[in-house]
Amino acid sequence: MSGIPHDHYEPKSGSGKWLHRRLPIVSLMYDTLMIPTPKNLNWMWIWGIVLTFCLGLQIVTGIILAMHYTPQVDLAFASVEHIMRNVNGGHMLRYLHQNGASLFFVAVYAHIFRGLYYGSYKEPREVTWIIGILIFVLMMGTAFMGYVLPWGQMSFWGATVITGLFGAIPFVGESIQTWLLGGPAVDNATLNRFFSLHYLLPFVIAGLVIVHIWAFHTTGNNNPTGVEVRRTSKEEAERDTLPFWPYFVMKDLFALAVILAVFFAIVGFMPNYLGHPDNYIEANPLVTPAHIVPEWYFLPYYAILRAFDGDVWVVIAASWITGGIIDAKFFGVLAMFGAIVVMALAPWLDTSAVRSGRYRPMFKWWFWLLVVDFFVLMWVGAMPAEGIYPYIALIGSAYWFAYFLVILPLLGVIEKPLPQPETIEEDYKAHYAATTGGTKTLAGAETPAE
Amino acid sequence: MSHADDHESTRRDFLYYATAGAGAVVTGAALWPMIDQMNPSADVAALSSIRVDISGVEPGTQLTVKWLGKPVFIRRRTEAEIVESQSVELSDLPDPIARNENLDGEAPATDANRFLNPPGQEATGEWLVMIGVCTHLGCVPLGNAGDYTAEGTGGWFCPCHGSHYDTAGRIRRGPAPTNLPVPPANFDDEFTLVLG
Repeated sequence: MSGIPHDHYEPKSGSGKWLHRRLPIVSLMYDTLMIPTPKNLNWMWIWGIVLTFCLGLQIVTGIILAMHYTPQVDLAFASVEHIMRNVNGGHMLRYLHQNGASLFFVAVYAHIFRGLYYGSYKEPREVTWIIGILIFVLMMGTAFMGYVLPWGQMSFWGATVITGLFGAIPFVGESIQTWLLGGPAVDNATLNRFFSLHYLLPFVIAGLVIVHIWAFHTTGNNNPTGVEVRRTSKEEAERDTLPFWPYFVMKDLFALAVILAVFFAIVGFMPNYLGHPDNYIEANPLVTPAHIVPEWYFLPYYAILRAFDGDVWVVIAASWITGGIIDAKFFGVLAMFGAIVVMALAPWLDTSAVRSGRYRPMFKWWFWLLVVDFFVLMWVGAMPAEGIYPYIALIGSAYWFAYFLVILPLLGVIEKPLPQPETIEEDYKAHYAATTGGTKTLAGAETPAE
Repeated sequence: MSHADDHESTRRDFLYYATAGAGAVVTGAALWPMIDQMNPSADVAALSSIRVDISGVEPGTQLTVKWLGKPVFIRRRTEAEIVESQSVELSDLPDPIARNENLDGEAPATDANRFLNPPGQEATGEWLVMIGVCTHLGCVPLGNAGDYTAEGTGGWFCPCHGSHYDTAGRIRRGPAPTNLPVPPANFDDEFTLVLG
């Protein structure tokens, strides 16, 4: 499966050979697990395992919760309370599922920004990147629909606002919105279908995760230098890499254990810290909560949605050019989805031949500014849409688009990159002293005489 | 020879396109019910009509009723609210259309085109009936709030994204594109309003 030369599975026992001729499944598992992995991977390469764990956690806890939950408007809220109070261990399962979504998004954002910094999206990993973005979009859809299920005030009004986004599409928007909701407003039909899809989509994600892994096992992992593993011979490849099992599995599991310690502290001691108290009030179609806020992981995009009102010149221009078809409302929706689309197009917008941000002196600054921008948008998305906040949101949104549409294309032309190492081995040796039997041999240190 | 070849290839082409066409039609016919099932079911779609007793609504207060799954505001406006609304120039309105389902689609958004009047009564402009769903993204605006009240009464403010509506429910500032719509409604008698 991998393009990097390495030893393949050879069945030794009789039964092994028997199975291999009929179904080479052991070979597939061996090649997947033993993939040569660049030996200089740093701690930012642990998020893949964390994400896989999250998907498993959400599917397992979700299937259990579905055994006790009722997707009906009069019963949904009470059935969640039933899980919290009566089902054996139910409160723990629900808190794991609820906070599991947050851990999922912490990991996916770290994973995405890792890819943006080290140029993991660049040739030849564009397909891996695109599939990753698709998974991210499906994750958002799944999380959104899952949040509607407890049928609290935030569930109901979140569903109203987000399905309202589709209503902003010119001409067909209203029909699409009615079709999505199954009625003129969020009601039983909506809740029922959201439950069905919330159950389905994680399995679609699981399928895409397999394709994602397949894609980067074909191209090989990126690494902090962005320099490719040598493929000219097996010996050279072996000097750049270590097998995924056991080296990286152990490292990743250690990182996962540390992260889970923090996760369980939150689940155990502050399970509602990331939630909204309003969602413990049953949904009421006649009263909107004074301050609707989405979950924290949607806030940056929510800020972009709200940033563009009718007073912004680009909105006025877009409205004038299209003869009013694109109004402020539709523009906000386009901007929100566009923020993800420009990210997906990064492989073609970034003109620099250098992959890793480590060797790009100017890129580094713009990248870290994007990270700061992401957190500023997250913060401003939680603030009411009045006073200074809309302006901050507008500046933040403008930078988000400028980074992908202006800065990435320009930097490749004007930036003078730093020299890159020839090989991964060279970079590795420059950072780590040679070792003998797990003990560091310090350069120049002599064995003490007697 | 070539003639026979042409003939055969045409026959094959025909079979190919006929099969592909039939396949596309059958696939579409199979898909459509799966898409259409998500549209409103018959009980939801059945256009309902409700009668509301509004005798208890005092001037300066508002009754909110649920109609077609959405809140409908029935407000009895005070004199100050009506005067405030009448004093607005049409050119100051982001949406100059009345959005009143009881009038034709092009009627201007003057105060007179926004309120409803009980039969056989002088047009006082007291009764303002609107669907209480922000035209931006569907939140329910708060009453007696926003920057366009008549000294604190009337006017609506949507807490979600900051849209301000005036004392006739017309959008004045914020991201909402249109005025709050007036649903199809009429008075059965002085204090009975029929929605739908």
